[in-house]
Amino acid sequence: MSRVLAFDASKLALHRHRKRVNALALTLSLGAMAFGLFWLIWILFETLRLGVGGLSLQVLTEMTPPPQAEVGGLANAIFGSIAMVTLATAIGTPVGILAGIYLAEYGQRNWLGRVTQFINDILLSAPSIVIGLFVYSVVVASTRTYSGWAGVLALALIVIPVVVRTTENMLKLIPNALREAAYALGAPKWKVILTITLKAARAGVVTGVLLAVARIAGETAPLLFTALSNQFWTTKLTEPMASIPVTIFKFAMSPYQNWQSLAWVGVFLITLGVLGLNILARVLFRNKN
Amino acid sequence: MAATLPAGPFPGEETIARSEPTPRPPARSARAPWGDRLFAAAALSAALLTLALLAGIIVSLLIGAAPAVQEYGLSFLVRSEWDPVQNRYGGLVMIYGTLMSSFIALLIAVPVSFGIALFLTELSPRWLKRPLGVAIELLAAVPSIVYGMWGLLVFGPILARFVQGPLQSAFGHVPVLGGLFSGPPVGLGLLSAGIILAIMIIPFIASVMRDVFEVTPPMLKESAYGLGSTTWEVMWRVVLPYTKTGVVGGIMLGLGRALGETMAVTFVIGNMNQLSSLSLFEAANSITSALANEFAEAGAGLHQASLIYLGLVLFFITFVVLSLSKLLLMRLELGEGSKS
Repeated sequence: MSRVLAFDASKLALHRHRKRVNALALTLSLGAMAFGLFWLIWILFETLRLGVGGLSLQVLTEMTPPPQAEVGGLANAIFGSIAMVTLATAIGTPVGILAGIYLAEYGQRNWLGRVTQFINDILLSAPSIVIGLFVYSVVVASTRTYSGWAGVLALALIVIPVVVRTTENMLKLIPNALREAAYALGAPKWKVILTITLKAARAGVVTGVLLAVARIAGETAPLLFTALSNQFWTTKLTEPMASIPVTIFKFAMSPYQNWQSLAWVGVFLITLGVLGLNILARVLFRNKN
Repeated sequence: MAATLPAGPFPGEETIARSEPTPRPPARSARAPWGDRLFAAAALSAALLTLALLAGIIVSLLIGAAPAVQEYGLSFLVRSEWDPVQNRYGGLVMIYGTLMSSFIALLIAVPVSFGIALFLTELSPRWLKRPLGVAIELLAAVPSIVYGMWGLLVFGPILARFVQGPLQSAFGHVPVLGGLFSGPPVGLGLLSAGIILAIMIIPFIASVMRDVFEVTPPMLKESAYGLGSTTWEVMWRVVLPYTKTGVVGGIMLGLGRALGETMAVTFVIGNMNQLSSLSLFEAANSITSALANEFAEAGAGLHQASLIYLGLVLFFITFVVLSLSKLLLMRLELGEGSKS
């Protein structure tokens, strides 16, 4: 009789212990979630608080100022960023989509497709500063000048893996019956891909491109020694070109008050743009599916 | 009845008979393979371009680093001296900084990411799953320069005042721990870099973990629940063992990101090319921030070659780490079909 009671007591203790461990683990898990959200909210809050204050029309019309100057803006940096990001996307997207098509439609079974997919995934996460080094030694070292084109090339090389990945994934989601139906009507393969599968996967591919734009808009490292920076307005891509991220880097590390507050404005603009693009991409993708 | 049927062809048969002899347009059948071949060649060359990019990166780094490789060989990796004035270089300080800050980042990010993934797969109400998942993914979308500036001007001072100061006064006189916490508590250094890197890689690790947790067959989980397991026991003893290759793959992916991160680290690590103590508060340097700060100003010659050598080392390390990550995740995908 007493043995049974003792047994029950130990079982109850074990039960209580397990319950306690479970409650503790789940509380910690909730804490981890709160921890993650806490940083996002804090960073966004500080960006808003410190960035909105410096926002004015001058930011869009004036050039980047010398230290301690009264007036100044980010016009040349904003233009440089938009120009380089647009061109890089225009160059990187077609290559990325074509390579994605190869992986999804031609290279599913052969070794070349598998190797390319593997390498592409590594390039996707490879350090972007190494891309900068590569473009430096290929373009800058041979033309002997930092230039906007070098920056465009560096950014385009970052766009490609992102677009390849999403294009491939989206094309793989298209049911084979759709392809077979088109083949049965006598359509050649290129026409099937361009007018049937790619069209069906359009929303996903566009999402990928938007995410790639968001990624390169905030990239600093690959521009540091390709496009460098420029204090003045320039539309010539053969000259060094300013961009918002590099300007932020230069200004934030300086002790000058006017540079620092402009850097916060830059941070605000970049964050707004990048998060906006991300949310747009998600909304677009969700509506089409 | 049968005799009353008309003897002629059925209405449908007529049209089929008429359309059948139409010849295939010869022009089209001749052109289709040509267009196909052209398109296939374009797609193939785009794919080859990706491979060429990797080869190009490796070759250009090797060529650029050649002078430094000739000068120092592999001893570059263990030399701690970095002196542009006397033109003598060694990569130990930067390599140590890169590895140490990433290690601190993993120490923080792995448990937190596991908690987030657990929350998203098991605890969260259904309607909250998506918004919370998106919020965590947005954390990954914030550009690294924003983390850097925030880390330098907002987070650093707070860390110095509320974490580093108290830690120093509490452990400053303990022999081993004191050494880790010595140095000026200014909010710059390996600890700050590690914490900011952790915040940046949490989304990557958490979303891989969430995805692999979700591929666990519900049958396995339901069996464990049926035997009376608690949520935690199901997670720790069933889901985690089942998905461990994927989890490790996700951690490796985060590590690869942390090793190669440039801007956030450059802002807060302090950029000091000396290794005077093992303190986590002391200003240090990493491969990426050495490149970001010095490369544009370095003259052609040994200085530039040494920096490229560092870039080569970084690329090699991240390549290995990311390959491992990819292989582990691929193994999980293969297992998906065969198990259970």
